[in-house]
Amino acid sequence: MGNVFSGIFGKLWGVNKEIRILILGLDGAGKTTILYRLQIGEVINTKPTIGFNVETLSYKNLKLNVWDLGGQTSIRPYWRCYYANTAAVIFVVDSTDKDRIDTASKELHTMLAEEELSDAALLVFANKQDVAGALTAAEVSKALNLSDLKDRSWSIVASSAIKGEGLTEGLDWLIDVIKDEQL
Amino acid sequence: MSTHSYKKFEDTDAGLLPDKMTVFQDCIRAFNSSPVDAKKCRTLIARLLRLLYSGDTFPRQEATTLFFSISKLFQHKNSSLRQIVYLAIKELSSISDDVLMVTSSIMKDVQNGDIVYKPNAIRTLTRVLDGSTVNAAERLIKNAIVDRHPSVASAALVSSYHLLPVAKDVVKRWTNETQEAVLAVKPYPQTGEGYINDSLISQYHALGLLYSLRNHDKMALRKLIQQYSKGLRNPLAICQLIRYVNEVLQDDSSLIPALFPLLQDWLNDRNHAVNLEAIKVVVSLPVTNEQFAAAVLRLQFLLTTPKAVTRFAAVRILNRISLKNPEKIVSCNTELESLISDPNRSIATYTITTLLKTGSSDNIERLIKVISKFINDISDEFKIIIIDAVKTLSLKFPQNYQSMLTFLIDMLNDEGGFEFKNTIVEALFDLIHFVPESRDLALENLCEFIEDCEFTELTVRILNMLGNEGPKTANPSLYVRHIYNRVVLENSIIRSAAVVALSKFALIDAPLNNSIKILLKRIVNDVDDEVRDRAIISLKFLESLESAEISKNVAVELTKPTHVYDLGLLESKLQTYISGDASSFATPFDITSVPKFTEDEYRAIELKNKTAKLEVETKEDIDTSGQSGSANESLQTAELAKQQILQELSQVSEFSGYGAVLHTSSVIPLTEKEAEFVVESVKHVFKEHIVLQFNVENTLDDALLEMVSVTAQPDIEEVEEEFVLSVEKLEPHGKGTVYVSFTRPEEPSVFTTTFSNTLSFTSKECDPSTFAPFDDQGFEDEYQIEDLDITPGDFIIPSYIGNFDLAFDELTSETVGTYQMDSESLQSTVDHLIETLSLHPVEGKDVFNETSHTLKLFGKSINGDRVAVLVKMVKSAKTGITLKATVKSDSEEIAESVLNGIA
Repeated sequence: MGNVFSGIFGKLWGVNKEIRILILGLDGAGKTTILYRLQIGEVINTKPTIGFNVETLSYKNLKLNVWDLGGQTSIRPYWRCYYANTAAVIFVVDSTDKDRIDTASKELHTMLAEEELSDAALLVFANKQDVAGALTAAEVSKALNLSDLKDRSWSIVASSAIKGEGLTEGLDWLIDVIKDEQL
Repeated sequence: MSTHSYKKFEDTDAGLLPDKMTVFQDCIRAFNSSPVDAKKCRTLIARLLRLLYSGDTFPRQEATTLFFSISKLFQHKNSSLRQIVYLAIKELSSISDDVLMVTSSIMKDVQNGDIVYKPNAIRTLTRVLDGSTVNAAERLIKNAIVDRHPSVASAALVSSYHLLPVAKDVVKRWTNETQEAVLAVKPYPQTGEGYINDSLISQYHALGLLYSLRNHDKMALRKLIQQYSKGLRNPLAICQLIRYVNEVLQDDSSLIPALFPLLQDWLNDRNHAVNLEAIKVVVSLPVTNEQFAAAVLRLQFLLTTPKAVTRFAAVRILNRISLKNPEKIVSCNTELESLISDPNRSIATYTITTLLKTGSSDNIERLIKVISKFINDISDEFKIIIIDAVKTLSLKFPQNYQSMLTFLIDMLNDEGGFEFKNTIVEALFDLIHFVPESRDLALENLCEFIEDCEFTELTVRILNMLGNEGPKTANPSLYVRHIYNRVVLENSIIRSAAVVALSKFALIDAPLNNSIKILLKRIVNDVDDEVRDRAIISLKFLESLESAEISKNVAVELTKPTHVYDLGLLESKLQTYISGDASSFATPFDITSVPKFTEDEYRAIELKNKTAKLEVETKEDIDTSGQSGSANESLQTAELAKQQILQELSQVSEFSGYGAVLHTSSVIPLTEKEAEFVVESVKHVFKEHIVLQFNVENTLDDALLEMVSVTAQPDIEEVEEEFVLSVEKLEPHGKGTVYVSFTRPEEPSVFTTTFSNTLSFTSKECDPSTFAPFDDQGFEDEYQIEDLDITPGDFIIPSYIGNFDLAFDELTSETVGTYQMDSESLQSTVDHLIETLSLHPVEGKDVFNETSHTLKLFGKSINGDRVAVLVKMVKSAKTGITLKATVKSDSEEIAESVLNGIA
């Protein structure tokens, strides 16, 4: 009986629809750590992701289908195989890695130029804020030229996956945008 | 019904296989949709797998698209879906690109996935790993190998096996885990859902993996056998271990006493498969009679088990033994006779053929009678097997040809298909060739047969045979009548064959010549032009015969060639010739480079091939290394290698004045194969010289050899060294040939001597990759290699003779000697004699009786003198092997030196 009701309400509120979110970014930015911090609330030991991890998590009555794609140079070309039907992209930047922030910017803009992602919202995590000497969110935003983005809802949030800071704030913003725009 | 669907209906495959494009489209759509419908996806993947399993495939790009869309199904947690996803990825991994994309997802499942799909995940993981990613999976696989669940352990072990070619050194790192798994007893956890048989199959998998990691090391293999000979419980694992034992023992038979107790245990094992495997090993080894008898005893028991497959396997082993040692399995005859009426036809047929082989010349007649009674009840296929057995028998017991010939002829006149008749005709042909006494009777019956034969091919072959053999018989005109009947009554193909056969009779004598010319003139008016052409050509030949003597020789050579080319070699030479570029066609193909055989030699080779084929078939069965290739092929490659050697020799200008090579020995190893410098030798005999060829191989990685030479010191004075052609430089892993030339004395023309050989060279350390020496000095070194004997065999060419006894009586010079041999068995003595004397074993080289044997050898010396040797040997426990050899030859000198060569 309960199932029937939840089914009906689910349809009403769009709960049953899965929301597809990609976590992208260069290798070592903390994508996998963020994924599992969000799913099980713990920091796990990660190895470089060869391929992808996919997890389903419930967040505020929504079912999120979160894909964490590996960030190594060899795997980046395959990101595009997973763009279809994506509601939002979470782009994770290692705020301490100043040398490669240009590479990150380039990858970000190439990705956003894809037709399949034209409707997707963008959330950038300026990660690893717990490390001393990390760039601030504003500095990262500037380095990534986020202000150039047109026709897209985007936001940048300073975060630390290890400490769990910033993640929920970012995700809350993302869910609101998706609810507004796509449900 | 539209034409389209109608067509589909007609197609036998319609409705069986789903349409490839539809499956592709449906899959892409369903896998990319959100949310994923697990049930639907499973059905679709099942369809996809069906296509792939039935051999269908996708182009790379489409396969990759499919692969990526399937990878998206990892978002769904359904275990059944996940399981089938793994199956699909496993299949697709070989035909699509970028499969590494699923690595992380799979590894996660291997680590903490559901047991339902965990084994699948492991098996799929190995397909997507490559040299760069395998390290990441090392811990996972190690853990899986020692997992308590047998399916997980098995999957990990088998996967490691598949990883060997990718990353052997990584797999080596989990040797300890594998060792642990060999003896681990891993029962299936009780699920309460029905009974699962604890097969302990992971023992088998672990053992196989361990072997692959160690098989290059003989000592390690022996240790492995000792270590696991007791604790194994899975029958397949035990069988595998028995095969390793076999490998060790085939290599070094001196270990038999040490390892036989193990085999004895396995002979008495409860499991029949284990028994059979152990029996196979025991009977293939040079074991003592008691040990052999133990195996036969177990076989005898297995013959009476209710399981058909065991009976079949047992009878099959018996059949193989019967090819070589029929006397050893006589004790099974009672059981075998009762199996003749076994409801399983395969068993019955094997039984009969086995019985045929265990038959001695005394009871063969009786057996043939038994078979004649029931042969009509069985199908053609089984009849063919029996005919083959009778054929082998007739080659083995030529003196019993009468009854077998009658049997074959009776069969020939019975009803039967082409295959069946063909086999009989083959058998008769063999009889005619190798048992000359049977020729007349067989030919006469073949004549009768073609009077009423429905198969054109067979008639043509028989006509050809009549043309070749008929003129040699006492009453050739009889065949002329039969052949001419064919010209009158049959179709054009047969008529043409008959014309050619007829014309061969014209060469016998004048009256027959005239009659044949009359017949041919009549045929000239035939309606078919091929028949007419052949008749006209034949007539022309016959007319030219009378006109000039020279053309007569040409005509005779054409109609009755005395030489046959080595066809296998001719084919390969022609192939090389036509595969060259335009310039190679400037010189015409040189037919003289292909060796010719006289008829006798050709038969010797043919008979050798036939018996060798039999032996290879026997060996293949027990050969674990999976070495294949028919005897014909290996003989041919040996022949090719010999040609190669001769070709190289002919290119050495120093030997160009020596004339033709009269005899070339086989390749003789003078060092162990594992030695630092591997040396093989070939002996070439010329009219006035002897050339020793030493093939030297440098197996070291970091030594450059210069001035490589061989000092060969003969132990008699008549032979004098002329010159040495040394090799200037031998790079690491390089090969070179050193020639040493000696004079060959006029007297004695056949002699024996022993060369003691030393390899000498200047060795320099060098860089293993560039071969550049580190210093210019180097040091001189010598390396003692084994002695090389010149035996009488080096002056003799094996040759076939149809009637040995007649030739033996004809030869005038005779020497007799009695010797004691210290060899282990009669068979090894026989093999040794054939090898050193280089003579042809006229009645085969198999020893059937362990205590006494008579060996007949025949050959020709390089001067053309015939040599016939009759060896009678007796083995007794007290004195070992005593043999009495009677050597007869055209030349006294040869007879004596051959006799000297025996000792």
